[in-house]
Amino acid sequence: MVKKRLLAFVTVVVVLFVTMIWTSPSILKSVKLGLDLKGGFEVLYEASPFDEGGEVTPESLKQTAKALLKRIDQTGVTEPEILPEGTNRIRVRMPGVEDEDEIRDLLSKPINLTFRAPDGTVMLDGRDFKENSAGVAYDNFNRPIVTIELKDGDKFYQVTSQLVGQYLGIYLDDEEISRPNVDYPIPGGSAQITLGDKDRAYAEYLRDLINMGSLPLKLTEKYTQSVGATLGMNSLKDTVTAGVIGSLIVLLFMVIVFRVPGFVAGISIITYAWILILVHVWLKATLTLPGIAAFVLGVGMAVDANIITAERIKEEIRSGKSMLSSLKAGSKSSFRTIMDANITSIIACAALYVIGDGAIKGFALTMIFSIVVSVLTNIYLSRFLLSMLVSSNMFNKPKHYGVKEEQVRAL
Amino acid sequence: MRYNTNIRYDFVGNRKKFYTFSTILVVVGILSLLIFRMNLGIDFKAGTTLDAATANSVQQQEVIEILKKLDYSETPTVGGSNNDRISIRFGEELSTEKIREIQNEFKAAFGEESSFEVNVVSADMARELAVKTIWAIVAASVLIMLYVMIRFEWRFAVSANIAILYDCFVVVAMFSIFHLEVDLPFIAAVLTTLGYSINDKIVIFDRIRENLRFNPAKNEKQLTEIVNASIWQTMARNLYTVLTVMIVTVFIFLFGSESIRLFSLAILIGLISGAYSTLCIASPIWFDFKKKEKKKPAAAKQPTA
Repeated sequence: MVKKRLLAFVTVVVVLFVTMIWTSPSILKSVKLGLDLKGGFEVLYEASPFDEGGEVTPESLKQTAKALLKRIDQTGVTEPEILPEGTNRIRVRMPGVEDEDEIRDLLSKPINLTFRAPDGTVMLDGRDFKENSAGVAYDNFNRPIVTIELKDGDKFYQVTSQLVGQYLGIYLDDEEISRPNVDYPIPGGSAQITLGDKDRAYAEYLRDLINMGSLPLKLTEKYTQSVGATLGMNSLKDTVTAGVIGSLIVLLFMVIVFRVPGFVAGISIITYAWILILVHVWLKATLTLPGIAAFVLGVGMAVDANIITAERIKEEIRSGKSMLSSLKAGSKSSFRTIMDANITSIIACAALYVIGDGAIKGFALTMIFSIVVSVLTNIYLSRFLLSMLVSSNMFNKPKHYGVKEEQVRAL
Repeated sequence: MRYNTNIRYDFVGNRKKFYTFSTILVVVGILSLLIFRMNLGIDFKAGTTLDAATANSVQQQEVIEILKKLDYSETPTVGGSNNDRISIRFGEELSTEKIREIQNEFKAAFGEESSFEVNVVSADMARELAVKTIWAIVAASVLIMLYVMIRFEWRFAVSANIAILYDCFVVVAMFSIFHLEVDLPFIAAVLTTLGYSINDKIVIFDRIRENLRFNPAKNEKQLTEIVNASIWQTMARNLYTVLTVMIVTVFIFLFGSESIRLFSLAILIGLISGAYSTLCIASPIWFDFKKKEKKKPAAAKQPTA
């Protein structure tokens, strides 16, 4: 019976560690690293309407975000994050982007389609075209053309009637892409952009560009951060190494001071770290540099829960109780304290999460996860493991719990 | 020895000294904030920071010369284990072209494989962040106070809150006094201080409450004894916890990456202040509150007795 308990303990611990060692490499690989660790580019745009007196609506903000996604997709950057923030901001994260200048140009450039008179006067601009209305078609000679719808057919008719006998310059920003002659006024509100000998691929490229160009809102860069991959990796390595060394020393300290409960705490804390990484992977949360700090600080909190329990058990042993009842009484009275302490910490983190943004949000989220996981492992797992060890009767001397024999009072 | 606790130091009896010390610290902090203000980093002040990791080791003078050539008068800091880290802070929002220009010059001088981190922040963003931070602290402390009020009582809530706000202020004041740079992670550090510090207070108050339940204090002397005993009963836990978190934080401070160093320093300050304020501020303030309550009913009862 007694031996069985010890065997159960050993089995649980072995299974736990084998699982952790076995799964860790693949889990660690799938942790999504933030820009500050992996390198990449982040920019925060403030959106404003093109027209004076216009408004930024949630709808137009969403459309702008979509348009940005399209633009980024076209550059081949994978896994971009585009997050509308507040009422008029869009945060764009592009991990792994080393040479961000090109993309940045593309994103902030007001890709604006204009129809101009030969003297350069802008007759029609981006606002006159229907959003997302460009398409590819073929003309009578089976050459690809780009078609586009106008919001106001009459305006197009007027413009073309003014220019009969001349030509219409079609510009994308400052580049002329076509110069069709105007032979007669064009009714119906549909314009065609002839492309000469260009192939279908070009027509499609142009169509996409034009559709992207109808950005509903003007974007201004408010904050940019770009991190080189080497720098990010160094940060990751340094901080993780420091955290691991610090944590190992803490574990050693726990074993020296608290003996059996300290040893159990070590197992719980390692399990805690593993579960926390697992939770991150599951929730697809991004790990940032402050996130790692939160992670390591979480280890501190986890240790605290164990210390509170171990100290309580020590006190109970000193008061002369048996090991088993000391464990029970100690776990019970420390539970409330630990819960209160952790809940207040969660409250602080929740405030941080709601109010902060960007990296701070990531930090707060990691803290909240870590506290929840900490409660699960460092209260329940610790207690479970400890109860197995105590009931095995192998560790029933006060010194196994860091209590000196002479401190124990007789009941 | 009513509680079988060896009271090695009378925290409650000496509370006036702690109050005085902390008040002086707060006053110095306020003065420092008024005179020196905060050394606001890129996240709070419009401008540009450029950090570079170079392939070869670098002399500060070399960097200064390159900057001079490009018409910048900023002083760079050069650090890293191999003098291969450059950090420059520009007061203005640099355009993409200008940043590229600097990067190209650096690459030409210190190796093509140099890696950069560039941050550009505009003025209104910075201001907004500062306001948000203050709101976060206010919101967090109000919520914590409510929770403690529900779980304990208002005296615990108020004294805990005074102590945790004091801790946050100490972190801010220390950064002002020593002119350390305040960046985005600093905010996280201040709020973590809030979270950590409240833990310590909860542990002690929980013990005071428990001790009171078994031995209601009849007079001021007994109340003093209970508070002191509670402090000493939880002393081991408080010291061990602070010590373990400190070990980890010190390691991150010493060996962690550059950008997290000030963060861990802020945590460290908050941690030490938190441990101090638990013993010397929160518990004695609660004692003062409780003492006042004790007197009133006693005075009211006497005539009828």
